[in-house]
Amino acid sequence: MKVWLLHLVLIAALFAAQFLLSPYHATNLARIMVLAVFAMGYNLAFGYTGLLSLGHALLFAAGMYAAGLSAQILGLTAGPALILGILGGGLLAAAVGLLALRTAGVSFMIVTLMFAQAGYLTILYFGATTGGDEGFTLPAASRSIAGFDLSTDTPRFLAALALFGAGLLASLAIVRSPFGRTMVAIRENEERSRMLGYNPFAIKLAALVISGLYVGAAGAAYALLFGYAGASFATIQYSILPMLYVLLGGAGTTLGPFLGAALMFALIEAASGLTSAYLFFVGAALVALVLFAPKGILGTIRERWVKWLP
Amino acid sequence: MAFGPFLLLALMEGLVTSAVLALAAAGLSLVFGVMRVVNVAHGAFFMLGAVLAWAVATFVPGPPAVAFIAALAIAPLAVAALAAAADGLILKRLDYDPEATIVATIGLLYMIEQAALSLYGPNANPVQAPFEWRIQLPWFGYSGYKLFVVLAAALVLLALWAFMTRTKAGLIMRATQVDRTTARAFGINVDRVYMGTFALGAGLAALAGVLIVPISQAHYLMGGDPLLLSFIVVIIGGLGSLRGTLIAALVIGLSDGVISMFFTPTLAKILATLLVAMVLVFRPQGLFGAKA
Repeated sequence: MKVWLLHLVLIAALFAAQFLLSPYHATNLARIMVLAVFAMGYNLAFGYTGLLSLGHALLFAAGMYAAGLSAQILGLTAGPALILGILGGGLLAAAVGLLALRTAGVSFMIVTLMFAQAGYLTILYFGATTGGDEGFTLPAASRSIAGFDLSTDTPRFLAALALFGAGLLASLAIVRSPFGRTMVAIRENEERSRMLGYNPFAIKLAALVISGLYVGAAGAAYALLFGYAGASFATIQYSILPMLYVLLGGAGTTLGPFLGAALMFALIEAASGLTSAYLFFVGAALVALVLFAPKGILGTIRERWVKWLP
Repeated sequence: MAFGPFLLLALMEGLVTSAVLALAAAGLSLVFGVMRVVNVAHGAFFMLGAVLAWAVATFVPGPPAVAFIAALAIAPLAVAALAAAADGLILKRLDYDPEATIVATIGLLYMIEQAALSLYGPNANPVQAPFEWRIQLPWFGYSGYKLFVVLAAALVLLALWAFMTRTKAGLIMRATQVDRTTARAFGINVDRVYMGTFALGAGLAALAGVLIVPISQAHYLMGGDPLLLSFIVVIIGGLGSLRGTLIAALVIGLSDGVISMFFTPTLAKILATLLVAMVLVFRPQGLFGAKA
C-alpha cells in the first residue's frame, strides 16, 4: 500500500511542480520525465532482467522516427503517431531480441551495440527521407493531441507527466507481478530458473519487448513534444545515457530511473554553466559509479535503510 | 585509369588499412584474450597516439624524420603509462568484472575524448611524413611512406608474435590467459601481468595511431572508426586469437579498400556491422577461431 502511495505522491508532486517552476525549468522537467521513461524501459531490461544492452538508442530512434516520419509524411496527429512510435520500439526490440538473446553477457552487449550502429548508419544512408545528421522539425499541425497544442508549455508538461505517470505505475505493476518476479529470478540465476521450469529465452524476450515499448514511447514523445527528430538520437551516446541514469538512480528500483535522469540532467546543466567539457563529467560519473556505488543511490538506500523500496 | 590498375590501387590502400587495423586489433585482442576485458576506450588510445604524435612533432625541433622517430618512441610509451594507471586505479578495483569494466572503459573513453577536445581542440592537424618518396608505378605514383607503414606494422606484429611465443614474459601471459587461478598458484603476479597486458594493448593502439597520422590527420574523434573496425576484426577472427585477428584484419582491410572505392562507404559499414552481429549470434567462436 505505502509503495503505491509513494509513487502517487511523486506524480502529484510533479503535477504541483509546474505551478512553482518557471517555464524554462518546467520544460526541462518535461524533458527529464520523457528521458525517465526511456530510462525506465532500460531499467526493465537491465535492472530487473540483467540484460545489459548497449543498443537502446536504436529503439529510441525507432520510436522517434516512427512517430516523426508518420507525422511528416502521412500527416498523422500526436495520438496515432505516439502509438506507431510505441509499436515501432516494441517490434524492433522483438526483432533484435530474437537474434541477440541467443548470446549472453559481453557478446550480447556487442551484438546490441552493432545493431544500434547499423541502425544509425541506416538513418544516415536514407538521409533524403530522414534528414540524416541535420534531422527535421515536425510539422506544427501534427503536434496536437485532442485539440491541445503540444508545442505550448502547459499541454506539453501535462502530456509528459501523463506518459511518465502511466509508465511509472505500469513498471511498478510489472515488477510486483509474478512475471516481474521471474524476470528477477532470471537475472539472479538463469540456470536455476530454467531448472524450475521457466523458459528464460521467452521471459527475456518479453522483458526486452516491454522495454522496447517504453523506449519507443519515450522516443516518439521526445519528437512530438520537442518537435525535432535527428540521427544524433541514434548514436551510441543515447544508448549510454539511459544506462547512466539507471546506474546513478539505482538499477532494479522503480524510482531510480527518474532520480538518475533528474540528477544527471541537473549535473550536466550545472557543469555546462561552468565549462563546455560536460562529457568529461559524464565519463567521470560512469567510472565513479561502477567503482564506488555499483548499486546506485536508491539501491544503496534500499540495502541500508528502506528495505520495502520496490 | 583502366580497371586493373584501379583495383591494384584499391588493394594497396586496403593493405595500408589492414596494417594499421591489425596493430590496433592485436592490442584489443590481446587485452580481451588475457584479461577477458572488452576495452571500449581502445579507440581513444589510438586517437591519443595520433594526437601525442602531433604534439611531439610540433615541439621537437629538427627535420621531420627526427620528430617522427621521437613521436614513434614517446607517444606509445606515454599512452601505455596512462593505460597502466587506468588499470591500477579502475579496472583492478572492479576485479575485472566483464560488464563493470565495459561501463568503466566507456567512462574512460568520454574522459579522454573530452580532454583531447579541451586541450588539443576541434581541428584536424597534419604531421609531416618522415620522408617524401614516391614509387612510380606504370599507372600511378604511390606514397613510399604508406608502404613503410605496412612494413613497420608487419615487423611489430612479428615481434609481438615472437614475444608471445618465444619469451618467458609471453609464456607467463599465455599461462594467465589459460587459467588465472592456477597461474597465481604457481607464483605468477597476475595483477602485474594484467597491468602489463593492458599497457601493451594500449601501446599497440597508440603505435597504430602514430603510424596513421602522416596519412590522415590527427583529430579528437578519429578513434571511433578504428574502434568499430577493431571490434569487427577481433570478433570475426575469434576473440583472443592473434592469428585469426591478423587474417581478419587483412580480409576486412582489403575488402574495405575495395568496397569503399566502388560503393558508398556507409552501405559498406552497415553491411559490415550487421555481418559482425550475425557472426557473434551464429558463430560466437569467430570465423577462424578454433575453440569457443
